[in-house]
Amino acid sequence: MEVAVQDISDSIPCRREQIQLLVHLLGQGTCALPSSLFVYGPSGCGKTLVTLAVLKRLDIITAHINCIEAYTPRIMFETVLNQLSGTVLSSSNGYTSYASCDNLGDFVKHIKDIGRNRGMPRIAVVVEHSERLRDQDANIMPVLCRLQELTCSTNIVVIFLSSIPVDKFRASTGFMEPIVVHFPQYYKNEVMEILVKLKPEKYSEEFFKNYINLVLSVFYVATKDLPELKHQVQLNFQTYCEPIEKGEAAEGDMRQLWRNIEPHLRKAMNSVYLREVSSDQYERMQKLTEKNEPDHLLSNMSHNAKMELPFYSKFLLIAAYLASYNPARTDRRFFMKYHGKQRKTQAMIKAKERSSNQLVGPKPFPLDRLLAIFYSIVDDRVTPTANIFSQISTLVTLRLLTQIGGDDQLDSPKYKCVVSLDFIRTIARMVSFDIIRYLYDYA
Amino acid sequence: MGLKRQREDDEEGDGADDLMTQLQQHLRHNLTLWGSTHEAGEKLLSLYRSEAQHLEELMTRTLTLGESNSAMVLAPRGTGKSALLDTVLKKLERTGSLCEGFVVRLSGLLQTDDRHALREITSQLRLETATANKVFGSFAENLSFLLESLRFGSKESSKPVLFILEEFDLFCHHRNQTLLYNLFDVAQSAQAPICVLGLTCRLDVIELLEKRVKSRFSHRHIHLFPPDAFDPHYLATFTHLLTLPPDTLPHKDFAERWNSDVASLVEDIEVRRVLKRIHTTTKDVRTLKAILLVCVSGLSGENERVDAKRLTKAHTLLSGDSKTKLLHGLSFLQLTLIIAMSHLTHTYDGEPYNFEMVLHEYLKFSRRHSHTRPLPRPVVFKAFDQLKGLELIRAVEGNTRGTQREYRLYHLLVTSEQLSTALGTIQALPTDLQQWAVSAI
Repeated sequence: MEVAVQDISDSIPCRREQIQLLVHLLGQGTCALPSSLFVYGPSGCGKTLVTLAVLKRLDIITAHINCIEAYTPRIMFETVLNQLSGTVLSSSNGYTSYASCDNLGDFVKHIKDIGRNRGMPRIAVVVEHSERLRDQDANIMPVLCRLQELTCSTNIVVIFLSSIPVDKFRASTGFMEPIVVHFPQYYKNEVMEILVKLKPEKYSEEFFKNYINLVLSVFYVATKDLPELKHQVQLNFQTYCEPIEKGEAAEGDMRQLWRNIEPHLRKAMNSVYLREVSSDQYERMQKLTEKNEPDHLLSNMSHNAKMELPFYSKFLLIAAYLASYNPARTDRRFFMKYHGKQRKTQAMIKAKERSSNQLVGPKPFPLDRLLAIFYSIVDDRVTPTANIFSQISTLVTLRLLTQIGGDDQLDSPKYKCVVSLDFIRTIARMVSFDIIRYLYDYA
Repeated sequence: MGLKRQREDDEEGDGADDLMTQLQQHLRHNLTLWGSTHEAGEKLLSLYRSEAQHLEELMTRTLTLGESNSAMVLAPRGTGKSALLDTVLKKLERTGSLCEGFVVRLSGLLQTDDRHALREITSQLRLETATANKVFGSFAENLSFLLESLRFGSKESSKPVLFILEEFDLFCHHRNQTLLYNLFDVAQSAQAPICVLGLTCRLDVIELLEKRVKSRFSHRHIHLFPPDAFDPHYLATFTHLLTLPPDTLPHKDFAERWNSDVASLVEDIEVRRVLKRIHTTTKDVRTLKAILLVCVSGLSGENERVDAKRLTKAHTLLSGDSKTKLLHGLSFLQLTLIIAMSHLTHTYDGEPYNFEMVLHEYLKFSRRHSHTRPLPRPVVFKAFDQLKGLELIRAVEGNTRGTQREYRLYHLLVTSEQLSTALGTIQALPTDLQQWAVSAI
């Protein structure tokens, strides 16, 4: 048993304790499997890798499903049965599954049959993203927990993998507590140990370690996710090595190298976890900016707030934003020429601080108010034509405004402006309108 | 001489490993969460003697005299309802009275509607061929045909059938309760000798039955009350689960040594303390079984004893607070957000808050500590989104249509105790974060 543990932990670093526990629980030879296991931990900490490696090493027949792919019971059951029975969909069998099965009763029966036909082997069903099971029929989760009991003498274990603890699964009747195995997040030194394995042939380990330290010093605050860190390490290594390849710096010249890489890392930091573009595109873009060639792809990414709208639509949107974020009682102050003097009292300033509209979110407003503000902020005289009204409904279709309430209010529908402050500021800048001066929170 | 000695040692070493594997196999059998071994079954029989007798009598009357009966077995989960029933059935099988009848087992978890249930009954009665070419007008017709097929000659000579319905409460949710109605109807009007036994953990199960179904049920309730005193019952269960049945291992002295070890284990103060702790949280035997399985599975040739240390380790392994563990896996950014939210919960007195407010707190915090540069908004939003994915925060229910995601309201699901415990044990936590958290709690 210890040999197996040693073998697996040689190939998967830093997970020895979990591997040991799993190997012990599953046992070797032909001994009885536990009913169900629940493996949880943050994403990217080796749950699937370790589980599958252990099952393979222990010679347990495994069916591995992902609840994102198997989104209906039928797909789930048939995938499991195909994998357990060794049915491979191909043209020779006309792409038919082992059996057509869409309810739990049949599923259990088929599993019993497979167990009997294959000579009572040890079987495991690995269910990834098992938190999704909760969205399916209420009895699927309990049945999977008790699959061993329900299939009588079949030596089967169901292993749930999830990033959510078992407490959140206890909703339905008949749930049988699985044995819980927790995978903790890697510690910083463990991340280091794993990332060092990415070292390219050309460079020394010391050099690469220094590089990883730099990357971690920037990114570790924002994410502990190993795949993400791995991605960043691979992505930026070439840039890091550039001064060396050009002969501007030596391998030991840490300061020079740091000065070179820092801006790149900071830039990459802006898009950590986001992956707006693929890594290939990202590298290409980096090259283009170095050559100072403006590229539409880049401008797309950095200013995704840019949007081309008709002239009056822009003003309508600005008016809608103002109507959403200003209290109606302050309209007089902002949009009338002689609104009288307003004294700022201490109480008003306090109240403003307490409930800033930027924090609470947009409020709905009636159409009349939108139009009134619109007419007052547009310089030239506009006649209320159908054209203007149709532009409002276009803004709704573009999801820049949303219509509140039912469609029954033909005469005075209510709207809400759902764009961000940055977006509206770019729009306002295009028509040279100083929106900040008109906002209650900032004025 | 030396060589020979070594070889002997080797053999002994191998032998020890071999013994351990055998020991494990037996104990694992003891520790499965369902069903029961032969010894455990006997124990159940002696524990619930009168109930078992009652059940046995009911079934024998159906099997031998052709009487129809119905009864409900009620007990909390993990008490051994199914195990007791199985033991009684086995006993009947031994005495030979069972061979005249059929046993049909249905489970509320598997047969989710009456159509499936009927198909299952047909296949368990091995009547698929008989019904293959028939078209039935109604459910009742189908069921009575099935029972009719078992009849041979006069009414008395019909084959008796035992229906065992596990998770009985789930059958009550079937449309019109057709299956239950028909089964109870057949039992009550003595059309054919059947015995309907329902197993459930719900005490109010009778209230779930429709009036017409309820009136056809015999209202025989068999309650199983598990004895739950710590001493002697819980301790007895503990020893029983670890004890090797006699004559199972080839090495008799080893088995004896093991059993006496287990017996002395119960006297250990440390062991008692851990067991007491488990007992106060839950009396469910299955929890104990899981903990013991972790203990036993770790045994090998070198460390061949279950001791207090092992037990404590297994207990902490299975019982730790999962939220605290989850917090350990978060990045510092996410932890900052959690602390900010715990601040907000405190200041707004439990009112929900949206992303903008959390971001505002976060920015205020990073402005105060000028050396931590605030991360860009989309990155913070993504981190917030991941917290939602981990279900550490929960969106307020209600009308969320048309609300932007950053203005949707959330509650934090982490208590300040969990947060402070987690923060206390996280490696290399930035000091300003630690201080901010302390000022929050």
